[in-house]
Amino acid sequence: MSAALRQTGENFSARYQGLAPRLPGPPDLRRRAAAWFDRHGLPDTRDESWRFTSLRPLAGIVFSRAEDQDDTAPSLLARLPPTEAPLLVFAQGRMRADLSRFPAGGQAGLSVASFANEPSFGNVPESETEPLSALNTMLAEDGARIAVAPSADAGTLVLLHLASGHAEHPPAFHPRHQIRLGAGARLTLIEIALGTSVYLHNPLTEVVLAEQAELLHLRLQDESAAAFHLASLHVALGPGSAYESVALVRGARIARSELTAAIVGEGARFALHAAQILGGEQLADITTVVRHLAPGASSRQSIRNVLTERAHGVFQGRIAVDRIAQKTDGYQMNKALLLSEEAQINSKPELEIFADDVKCSHGATVGALDPNQLFYLQSRGVPKAEARAILVAAFLGETLEAIPHSWGRSVLEGAVQSWWKDRPL
Amino acid sequence: MALLEIRGLAAEVEGKPILRGVDLSLPEGEVHAIMGPNGSGKSTLAYVLAGREGYSVNAGSVRFDGEDLLAMDPEARAAVGLFLAFQYPVELPGVGNANFLRTALNAVRRARAEPEIDAMKFLKEARAALKRLSMSEEMLKRNVNVGFSGGEKKRNEIFQMALLRPRLAILDETDSGLDIDALKIVANGVNALRGEKFSALVITHYQRLLDHIVPDKVHVLSEGRIVRSGGPELALSLEESGYAGLVAEAAA
Amino acid sequence: MSAVAETIETVSAVTEGGYKWGFETEIETELAPKGLSEETIRLISARKNEPEWLLAWRLKAFAAWQSMTEPGWARVKHPTIDYQAIHYYAAPKKPAPRNLSEVDPELLRTYEKLGIPLSEQAALAGVEGSRVAVDAVFDSVSVATTFRETLARAGVIFCPISEAVREHPELVRRYLGSVVPTGDNFFAALNSAVFTDGSFVFVPKGVRCPMELSTYFRINARSTGQFERTLIIAEDGAYVSYLEGCTAPMRDENQLHAAVVELVALNEAEIKYSTVQNWYPGDAEGRGGIYNFVTKRGACRGRKSKISWTQVETGSAITWKYPSCILQGAESVGAFYSVALTNNFQQADTGTKMLHLGPDTKSTIVSKGISAGHSNNTYRGLVRIMPRAARARNFTQCDSLLIGDRCGAHTVPYIESRNPTARLEHEATTSKIAEDQLFYCRSRGLSEEDSVNLIVNGFCREVLKELPMEFAVEAQKLLALSLEGSVG
Repeated sequence: MSAALRQTGENFSARYQGLAPRLPGPPDLRRRAAAWFDRHGLPDTRDESWRFTSLRPLAGIVFSRAEDQDDTAPSLLARLPPTEAPLLVFAQGRMRADLSRFPAGGQAGLSVASFANEPSFGNVPESETEPLSALNTMLAEDGARIAVAPSADAGTLVLLHLASGHAEHPPAFHPRHQIRLGAGARLTLIEIALGTSVYLHNPLTEVVLAEQAELLHLRLQDESAAAFHLASLHVALGPGSAYESVALVRGARIARSELTAAIVGEGARFALHAAQILGGEQLADITTVVRHLAPGASSRQSIRNVLTERAHGVFQGRIAVDRIAQKTDGYQMNKALLLSEEAQINSKPELEIFADDVKCSHGATVGALDPNQLFYLQSRGVPKAEARAILVAAFLGETLEAIPHSWGRSVLEGAVQSWWKDRPL
Repeated sequence: MALLEIRGLAAEVEGKPILRGVDLSLPEGEVHAIMGPNGSGKSTLAYVLAGREGYSVNAGSVRFDGEDLLAMDPEARAAVGLFLAFQYPVELPGVGNANFLRTALNAVRRARAEPEIDAMKFLKEARAALKRLSMSEEMLKRNVNVGFSGGEKKRNEIFQMALLRPRLAILDETDSGLDIDALKIVANGVNALRGEKFSALVITHYQRLLDHIVPDKVHVLSEGRIVRSGGPELALSLEESGYAGLVAEAAA
Repeated sequence: MSAVAETIETVSAVTEGGYKWGFETEIETELAPKGLSEETIRLISARKNEPEWLLAWRLKAFAAWQSMTEPGWARVKHPTIDYQAIHYYAAPKKPAPRNLSEVDPELLRTYEKLGIPLSEQAALAGVEGSRVAVDAVFDSVSVATTFRETLARAGVIFCPISEAVREHPELVRRYLGSVVPTGDNFFAALNSAVFTDGSFVFVPKGVRCPMELSTYFRINARSTGQFERTLIIAEDGAYVSYLEGCTAPMRDENQLHAAVVELVALNEAEIKYSTVQNWYPGDAEGRGGIYNFVTKRGACRGRKSKISWTQVETGSAITWKYPSCILQGAESVGAFYSVALTNNFQQADTGTKMLHLGPDTKSTIVSKGISAGHSNNTYRGLVRIMPRAARARNFTQCDSLLIGDRCGAHTVPYIESRNPTARLEHEATTSKIAEDQLFYCRSRGLSEEDSVNLIVNGFCREVLKELPMEFAVEAQKLLALSLEGSVG
């Protein structure tokens, strides 16, 4: 590891030492996470799970606790299409009650609190074994705590992460969110991350689904193009529960989205449909580990990458099937479109299987737009740029069209369309 | 004694009773049809006779030429001359049809202490059988049932039967999904084998196949029991009046 | 051809079962003292009358090795290997034979027993078309190479590499280490320091090698390692098909095998390299067996050159092996066809690397893994498209089959592309033998074991058909034998 990157890691440790007495919640787990982070520091490309994603651009940056920069939250908020749904707004990782619209009494069973007021670290084993989760555990100060009572259908909740950065003194924030659905509960959660200038956003989100609970989780990561987004999401699925996520990644200089799913309940269903659309010097990494720890569950992962200019896409996905997880149905597909000479993709789909009565498969394709299709469209009179846009939209279509929520779909589709505008293909 | 003697046969699948006391006697050289509505236990009977795992016999006995059929492994049943034409023939990727058949044929011959046949003789017999069944030799080169149409799969079953020359063939809804030409090919395949040393149990939902394979006897299976037996005319009357009347009669 | 039927017949005929190559040959052996040091390397080099440059080359590799550590990324577990507890040189004591008639009859009997005729008359008695020239490597030395005159008339050089060092120093010096450099990885560095024998093949411009070439490796002595080195060069327009087989006695200790194979294909040359790897896998409790750490790599240097690796891996306690292709030449083609079967406590971590450097390069990967017993079987493969590899193509298919519920099947592909005109496709599946397939076969009269063999052979067909006929039959028998005891 470069000395400068080590220094960046040590700065975080030093910040923890200074803040420790004032940080909310039980100190023991923080202390262990900090000890782990002290020993390991920020990961480098010699770590097998970081071999494609170098954090070197973080080297030498001294991140500060988020407090001094100008507040751009209201103008960021104005970028969103209007919605009636309740809105939880975080800026620089802190809950902003003044900008939020809390669920009305009528939205039965949905309760919302903040980590700052009710700190709890939940149950995330990675807090002590994985760098991004450990970093969060060490420094978390606030976050959303969302709970849905058993059997309640809580409708839609929007969770907004706004960030005002600073070019010379970039802030870092580490919000810790927890989403718990009781038995048979349902929720649609729409998360959107927006920001300006330079900052490090290091959220950790824990999702716990009790028996038969269903969560539709829509995510748009549209951080500032100069920012760093290092997120981890941990999902635990109880018997018969269903987690379905559609995620669009288009922001940040470096983005790493880790997702671990522990399928502990029989017959649970897990689905992730994600797309990364990247240009410039962007590097975005989706790393998933889906553990089948109970029989009869299914998991589906479908990842699309559209890469142009010098962008670098990474997908690492592991399906791990425990010996007891018979009748598992696991599927994973990663597709990449390279639209420029200098774009690149690294893909590592992994199967790790210890049960014999399973059906697991994965696939990956990498290629450019099909010249025959392009020509066909052009020969019917469609200009080349438009023809390319049509084909790319078709490539992404599967991911977005299936979103069963109209406002959420419009936000994600809008993000794809505005991405085109800046990029004459 | 009849070739196949089924007495009081009761069987269940995953704890659910399907056969509730089947009695049936099939003398050597005869062809019997078993008809019945969906869910009456026809396919279960076929699988129990062929020895498929997951079907547990709770009561009754099955004698094949005097031997206890239920005590035998599936391959031993094939060796004594039982052949099941599957309702849904299974695909074996990478396994060539010719290899498969010759391997099966020689395994059966070994078990019967007969000399094995060499590749040349096998090919000759196989080609002759294909010709009789108006089937293409291409069939031999393809992998077992992989990429076959429904009709091709059924014809492949009949082709296997023609080569293995069983003493008792069980045809499990071999007619389902066949057009009339394919149906005739299947029927001709069975009729060509008919004689003193060949018996068959033709399981079908419809009368159609029995126009071409005329059975010596027809049995009606309902809710796991034979509720009526008769001559070929029974099939015709079923065609007209349906199973409902019979089923009601049985319940009464 | 009903190879499957033949397989099943053969298996039924085998009464003893298990590993039938496990006997030991009683022969006087000269052993270097245990341990690895500069002295050991000087001794090996001296025994082989090597020139100074090669000794220097070995010492450089040794220095590199000393600064390296064993790679830890593979999914294999084993106790620490004591590199000082191994004899790095073991050779039959009788002086080296000048021709076949001088070969120790005990050795000839050994190879007879293994089914490898070293007498040309015996081989000639077979069908004309199926002649195979054999280089037999026994522990650290090559004991016989057949058909050398016939090959020499065609201009093909096929001899032990130790002899090539003396007779063709300019060729060896030009190509040795040019594909796998001395410091490439821990095991390749070890091999470069201590390699003892192996085969050398040179097929000159425009020559199509008139027969299959084959090397048969045999580890016999106790507490030895085998470190052979093979170098094959095909000049412009040349063609050669090369086969490799390996066995070892049954012992309750683990023995180390760390080979290096380098292939060089120039313009429009083609090299087909086939392996049936049947080193002793250890017993049913996981005691003993060979640790097989092998570096195999081919360089498609020339335009339209072609290298294909076909392997059937049934042996060894641990297999760590990734036969690779460096596709430098425009329109060059690389292929990897693999069957890896693990049973009992075997561990295999095997796959390939396809590095696409040149434009219009193509690669194909077909991997079939079968896990039974308590074994673990991992496919690990890299496909990398470099920026200049315009219009490169890769197709990868990895399938795993699990037999029983105590084993593991793992697939770890790395797919990297830096060229937008390249197209890569990867597919992988994991499944078990379906109950309905087994029942279908049994209802046609096959025993359960024969049914499993038939289905496994079908599963492996795409790979087995790439093997030369004699090897395909051998491989099918091996698969059946290796599966014994895994069902029922």
